[in-house]
Amino acid sequence: MPVFYERRQLVTPGDLLADNNYLAGENTFKENGKIYATHTGLVNYENRNIYVMALRSFYAPLVGDTVIGKVVEVILSGWIIDVKAPYLAMLRASDVLERSFRPQIDDLPSMFDVGDIIIAKIVASDRTRGPLLTVREPGLGKITRGQITEITPTKIPRLIGKKGSMITTIKKEVGCQILVGQNGLVLVSGKSPKDERLAIMAIHKIEREAHTSGLTDRVAEMIKTEKHEKTEVRRKDAQEKSQKSG
Amino acid sequence: MPKKKVKKVVNKENIRHDGRKLSELRPIKLEVGILGNADGSAYIEQGKNKILAGVYGPKEVHPKHLALPDRSRLRCRYHMAPFSVQERKSPAPSRRDIELSKVIREAFEPSVFTEYYPKTSIDIFIEVLQADGGTRCASITAASLALADAGIPLRDLVSACAAGKVDGRIVLDLNDKEDKEGEADLPLAYMSNLNAITLLQMDGMLTSEEFEQAINLALEGCNQIYQLQKEALKAKYVEVKETMNEGADEQ
Repeated sequence: MPVFYERRQLVTPGDLLADNNYLAGENTFKENGKIYATHTGLVNYENRNIYVMALRSFYAPLVGDTVIGKVVEVILSGWIIDVKAPYLAMLRASDVLERSFRPQIDDLPSMFDVGDIIIAKIVASDRTRGPLLTVREPGLGKITRGQITEITPTKIPRLIGKKGSMITTIKKEVGCQILVGQNGLVLVSGKSPKDERLAIMAIHKIEREAHTSGLTDRVAEMIKTEKHEKTEVRRKDAQEKSQKSG
Repeated sequence: MPKKKVKKVVNKENIRHDGRKLSELRPIKLEVGILGNADGSAYIEQGKNKILAGVYGPKEVHPKHLALPDRSRLRCRYHMAPFSVQERKSPAPSRRDIELSKVIREAFEPSVFTEYYPKTSIDIFIEVLQADGGTRCASITAASLALADAGIPLRDLVSACAAGKVDGRIVLDLNDKEDKEGEADLPLAYMSNLNAITLLQMDGMLTSEEFEQAINLALEGCNQIYQLQKEALKAKYVEVKETMNEGADEQ
């Protein structure tokens, strides 16, 4: 039962991972009884299932995912939304209206217009049509404030952490709201743009160092030192100012 | 009329005009993920060749009628910058550019899992900044890394390398001078782990023994390049890990 790599070892596309007796999991494929990797990533196995955690990928829509998207077009009975997936998503007017759509009365651009950012949930996704979205749940709908940042979708689980440990660390340390779209877009809204920038900095640190361990502590530390430095600078500035005026 | 003495490209001691041995590659430098706006990117320097590759996709196809119902459409543009050669090259796509775009695209078709994303397109853009022979091979090497960097599922990385005949000897990785003055040129693209050739062209004359010898030499070159490609893909992440470990040691 040969396995050619240890757990959490870095592999590249085409690397031979295992011989027969194993099942080809995520980001792998089987040919002539041999399992190869299709992505650059960390190899892992559970029982007989061997898979690769990709280090970079694009978003593949899944039913039930919460995503953040941009309205790219208003069509007759709904909107076309870009959710950073290979396919453009669709949001139906009847879904927002909670009744059937009446073209004579309903003015779609007044609800969502081109360029608006919305947070939505995927209700259907198959290969014959693009994913279908809904905003008919609390917390979904148009985004009016905050900043959006983008990370590669495979790093989303790392950003959230075990039972949300990573994300709560950032929220607590920075003191802001973070909404994570499964498609790699993250909404950060805090009391000031400065807080938001700090949170975004932390998020990008996680993306860069996702494949290393002990990250939660390092992120918490980084936020603390950053905050400290900023208050120091501010204090110094204030002192200088008072000295000048005095 | 006295016969003009021609300086040989390969001398008697089997040393080439640039100092390489017969089966030696030019020095190769590979970098992955150097462009911020493309989904995936890579840069290669192979001898004097300097080539950038960028990849977008999979994404919706424009114009829409080009979408394939059962798989993703691979598109490729090979382009030489006006300043890439000695005499200014017109930036408009030439007959040669269009042909190379086609053969490069076909070199990737066995490698990419196009059937995973029907009705989408994957676009490969190759920009030759400086050319010195063997650009199609170097382009394939770089574009393969760009595809992997974009997170597109691949059966294997494609590495490419040419072999040829110069002054009666079979040599690896011809540069511009050898290509022009030599007798034959044989570019080859290859997936090492799957042992599959995805591109094979020949220009010039070779006997069947020489042909076999050239193919084997080119395959050997591809295997060397393949190792470099793997290193380049891993380098980005290994670097982060190492700085982390150093940080941990300090603590």
